[in-house]
Amino acid sequence: MSDASSVTVIHRPLWRVRLELFWKSVRTNWALFIENPIGVIGLAIILFFALMAVLHPILMKTVWDPTVYDPITGYDFEILRHPAPPSARHLLGTDPLGRDVLSQLMYSTQTEFILGVVAALITVTIGTLIGALSAYYGGVIDTLFMRLADLVIMLPFISILIVLSALFKLNMLKLALVIGILSGFGGVTVIIKSQALSIKVKPYIEAARVAGGGDWHIIVVHFIPNLLPLSFLYMMFTVTSAIFSEAVLSFFGLINIRMSWGIMIHTTQTAGYLLNVGQYWWLVIPAGLAITLLCSAFYLVGRALDEVVNPRLRRR
Amino acid sequence: MSFQPLVKVEGLKKYFPVSKGLFRKTHDYIHAVDDVSFSIQPRESLGLVGESGCGKTTTGKLLVRLLTPTAGRIFFRMEEEEAREEGVRLEDGYVDVATLKGRALKNFRRHVQMIFQDPYESMNPRLTIYDIVAEPMAVQGIGSVMEREQRVAEMLQHVGLTPPESFMFRYPHELSGGQRQRVAIARALIINPTFVIADEPTSMLDVSVRTGVMQLMQDLADRFGISYLYITHDLAVARYMCDKIAVMYLGKIVEMAETEELLHHPLHPYTKALLSAVPIPDPTYKREVIEIRGSVSTPINPPSYCRFYNRCPVAKEGLCNVQEHPPLEDKGGGHYVACHLV
Repeated sequence: MSDASSVTVIHRPLWRVRLELFWKSVRTNWALFIENPIGVIGLAIILFFALMAVLHPILMKTVWDPTVYDPITGYDFEILRHPAPPSARHLLGTDPLGRDVLSQLMYSTQTEFILGVVAALITVTIGTLIGALSAYYGGVIDTLFMRLADLVIMLPFISILIVLSALFKLNMLKLALVIGILSGFGGVTVIIKSQALSIKVKPYIEAARVAGGGDWHIIVVHFIPNLLPLSFLYMMFTVTSAIFSEAVLSFFGLINIRMSWGIMIHTTQTAGYLLNVGQYWWLVIPAGLAITLLCSAFYLVGRALDEVVNPRLRRR
Repeated sequence: MSFQPLVKVEGLKKYFPVSKGLFRKTHDYIHAVDDVSFSIQPRESLGLVGESGCGKTTTGKLLVRLLTPTAGRIFFRMEEEEAREEGVRLEDGYVDVATLKGRALKNFRRHVQMIFQDPYESMNPRLTIYDIVAEPMAVQGIGSVMEREQRVAEMLQHVGLTPPESFMFRYPHELSGGQRQRVAIARALIINPTFVIADEPTSMLDVSVRTGVMQLMQDLADRFGISYLYITHDLAVARYMCDKIAVMYLGKIVEMAETEELLHHPLHPYTKALLSAVPIPDPTYKREVIEIRGSVSTPINPPSYCRFYNRCPVAKEGLCNVQEHPPLEDKGGGHYVACHLV
């Protein structure tokens, strides 16, 4: 054994070491992630939509005249009949109210992203906290939240949203909150709790307790970091369900949002063009395809992350 | 030996209820630890030996209060100044661990630590070695970040993980079993405990690294003045590590003596049987083989007579199965045995 007095002095500050370690783990996980074509395709689609969302305000400032191309108030007087088919002036045509479809599509992308991410963040925060707490404390708390989860799982999700939006005029943030809370107390909690139960019996929890760690220390230092990969995974799946629910509600005209993909289809339907999709395809296909693509993209990324998080799923 | 033991355990009991249904009252209890008493002197190490399921680990967990005893008292010696600082009440220089709560229990944990059996599961895979070793300091609020870093580096050096900076910021899965167990030892010793419970720390290690870890534990005990309660099922390990050995059977201590005395003059039939099962590397050596029948009987509501009666090769009917379980009595020279026939 070497002499203890000749102890090394650490040259780098702790936060820098932690940052380096964090980057290292990000790099390793990234390498695993891009091995999977499913994840790469999903990510590419998400990036494509993100680009659309970012480009819209820039285009409005530079190329597009707001009186013609504004997604909500614009109207093109130079075309006599609306909806007009795609042309050089309107790449995806105009809607029955004379507004540019491409501009609407790009403008809505921002809405969908914000809605999806906010809802998913709320879901995951609630799911992780409740899951960890009910696994850790058990007993009454556990029973309460698990029966609540059963109840939420049992309820028909979309129907509940329809009733809620009929009762309260839902705007985008309120909708994100409702979706986030509903799915947060539902299935996600049960899954995260089952994972937390397997952490609870690990000897390192006992070691932490022997060291003097209280409940809060154990939950924050030992439970949450081990639950986060799973939470992150379910975040991806929640984005999908949030975007989908929004589209359904907008289609029924039940939410107070200025523009979204669901509202684009809703406008088509109220103007009576929905049953004539073959002739007026540009009114429905772009919005429908966007919903499908973005939903599947988040799902694909989720599946690929599943393989990163869960080594047993990897084909090695 | 000094006259004042560091740890005194008196009549320690732990019963686990066996639940049969949600609304039915529990009548059945597993008598995991049933009336166990012993004491450990400063700098002395006591080996707790027995087969699996006899309550060794439960005893260890009771001593660090991972479990709350059903009955009995655990006394831990403490200096008066320390006790006053930590807000602990003393009785004749001892604190009763069994009744500690909240703040006092947290402070008490500075003096007693535990080393766990499984080096693979006893460390959070998402924490670095530094975080794992510094955890007791962090939760007890000892030292600044710089001081903790310094202390962890020192401790890693003590346990032979050198150079420390090459180990501090690695993850447990990057280390071998022996290295991990050294990390576990570093974590247990970082806040200078006086009493360490080692729950079979070498049983999951390769034989080749086992002696290294045992040697290390002894060196550190000498250096820092630590007493061990060394839980093991391996008599050879106990002989190497411990000054005294207590043999447990079904929740009771059946024999307790100085290591060499116990190994050379076992008195209890169970100890004799255990010793006769240790292999001796000499094919010509002939020894008395003691057969015991059957396997361990159930610890659920055991009968009040001698626990070993069903398997005992020398049991006397009408005595051993009629009278209560024999008390642990001194048969001379600190050799304690619980048997009617000795």
